[in-house]
Amino acid sequence: MLVIGAGLIGLLLVVALIGPVIAPHPPAYQQLDEGLRGPSWGHPLGQDRLGRDELSRLLAGARVSLGVGISVVAVSLALGVLIGGVAGVRGGWIDETLMRVTDVLLAFPGLLLAIAFTAVLGPGLDHVILALCLMGWVSYARLTRGQLLALREEEYVAAARAIGVGWPRLLRVHLLPNLLAPLLVEASFGMAGAITAEAGLSFLGLGVQPPSPSWGSMLAEGRAFGALAPHLTLAPGLAIMAVVLGLNLLGDGLRDRLDVRGK
Amino acid sequence: MGRYLIRRLLLALPVIFGVMTLVFLLMHLIPGDPVQIMLGESAKQADLEQLRHQLHLDRPLLDQYRLFLSDAIRGDLGESFHLRRPVVAAILERAPATIELAVAAMLFACGLALPLGLLSAARPRSGWDLAALTTALLGVSMPSFWLGPLLVLLFALTLDWLPVSGRDSFSSVILPAVTLGSGMAAILMRMTRSSLLEVMRQDYVAVARAKGLPAWRVWLRYGLRTALLPLLTLLGLQIGALLAGAVITETIFAWPGLGRLTVQAILSRDYPLVQGCVLAVALGYVAVNLATDLLYAVADPRIRYGRQER
Repeated sequence: MLVIGAGLIGLLLVVALIGPVIAPHPPAYQQLDEGLRGPSWGHPLGQDRLGRDELSRLLAGARVSLGVGISVVAVSLALGVLIGGVAGVRGGWIDETLMRVTDVLLAFPGLLLAIAFTAVLGPGLDHVILALCLMGWVSYARLTRGQLLALREEEYVAAARAIGVGWPRLLRVHLLPNLLAPLLVEASFGMAGAITAEAGLSFLGLGVQPPSPSWGSMLAEGRAFGALAPHLTLAPGLAIMAVVLGLNLLGDGLRDRLDVRGK
Repeated sequence: MGRYLIRRLLLALPVIFGVMTLVFLLMHLIPGDPVQIMLGESAKQADLEQLRHQLHLDRPLLDQYRLFLSDAIRGDLGESFHLRRPVVAAILERAPATIELAVAAMLFACGLALPLGLLSAARPRSGWDLAALTTALLGVSMPSFWLGPLLVLLFALTLDWLPVSGRDSFSSVILPAVTLGSGMAAILMRMTRSSLLEVMRQDYVAVARAKGLPAWRVWLRYGLRTALLPLLTLLGLQIGALLAGAVITETIFAWPGLGRLTVQAILSRDYPLVQGCVLAVALGYVAVNLATDLLYAVADPRIRYGRQER
């Protein structure tokens, strides 16, 4: 599972990186008289309503999707580890307050808070990333805090504290390395969630705005033409599924390999 | 038991209060002047003032907060600017459609996941198990906004078996329910399987087998019944995912529920309605989680409730 997942994600990363080089056409290049045409030699995945090359748009969309996934996970992870770390180490009222804040954020199911944030801030890629980070840190914070509380009870940590090791060194040498495995697993599922959420928001018209290509907005455009141009529904959907499947496989594989207890 | 129930209810209060505060603050994150955004650039000064007054935006922030809380507690979430009617009335009108969709999706998910999970656990690592697990993995990875259009393409547009959209007859709920419920089905199926495999390793199951009870009875009476407990918690969490997922599913199928109302409110910049919809769904979720926890307490006599849970 780990190998298939890592392979799939590696391949998609390469595609996103070299996308502009291998794309047969500029993603925004319109050929209005060729709108909605199916796959052909010149356009292997067909053309959209405005005659733009679907493959080139898909490749450009890969950068948006993976870019959102990576940036949301990076920011949320840093923020979550920091907040969860402070809560876990300091305890007391700081811990209590931070955990009540996470309780409130977790009371909003799934996409709802991200939808509300983008509704308020207005659509756009930056706002989508911001909205997803604002809710993304919660799971990492709770994970970090929980792990820290458990690790604090370990004998080797008590021993280190007994010989006068300070918190910074304790964190760096003893605690963070033990936190890494569960955080990695959480991050791969988190990235799958962020990519799905971006595509979902763009599908609703609240995410990436035209003419920038996003797999979600491409899917929404394709849906409007249904049976008239099924290739417009198939291609972006398959792309989203491939990324999410890869990340889920990676997360499952990492969990088994690193022996992290299931969620 | 009684003490647990009271404590759990009391614990929900700060969350509800926090949810209301966050929803209130959201409205005040709007960059620029929300009244100007709602009425447009060409609005008259008098109209701007009137709407500002109506939304209490001409008062200090703390006053606004106090008014929002006291109004909300009395069931007044203001007036929808676009629909020209009370927000609560609009929400109550649309809620049954969303509940109907969520229940149908849940029935579909449970009806599919429980038998499949049972069959998988009965023959672990068989060809059947592998096929079921692969399908579940694909199901988890397939976003509803792709599955929905694909189902429409196949069953509505090509085969013409089911309606494309709307909520006119029983058949119109099928495609939305499958779209909304399939992700949940996949998660439930995986959980049913792993939970059952765990339970069937227990000593009392071995005893039941040793007594010579028929296999089906051991599986259903001793296996599934115990395995269902962790599923209950998962189900509660998944209902939240259903409520949020309904936003996308209802948009795809033009299903006249809360999710579609939310999107319409966002697109028409009807902030009071957005605020009301978000609050309604979040509070619904808190209520479902509360109900699940209470149900869990009733269903599982082993749990000791005196201790602080994390």
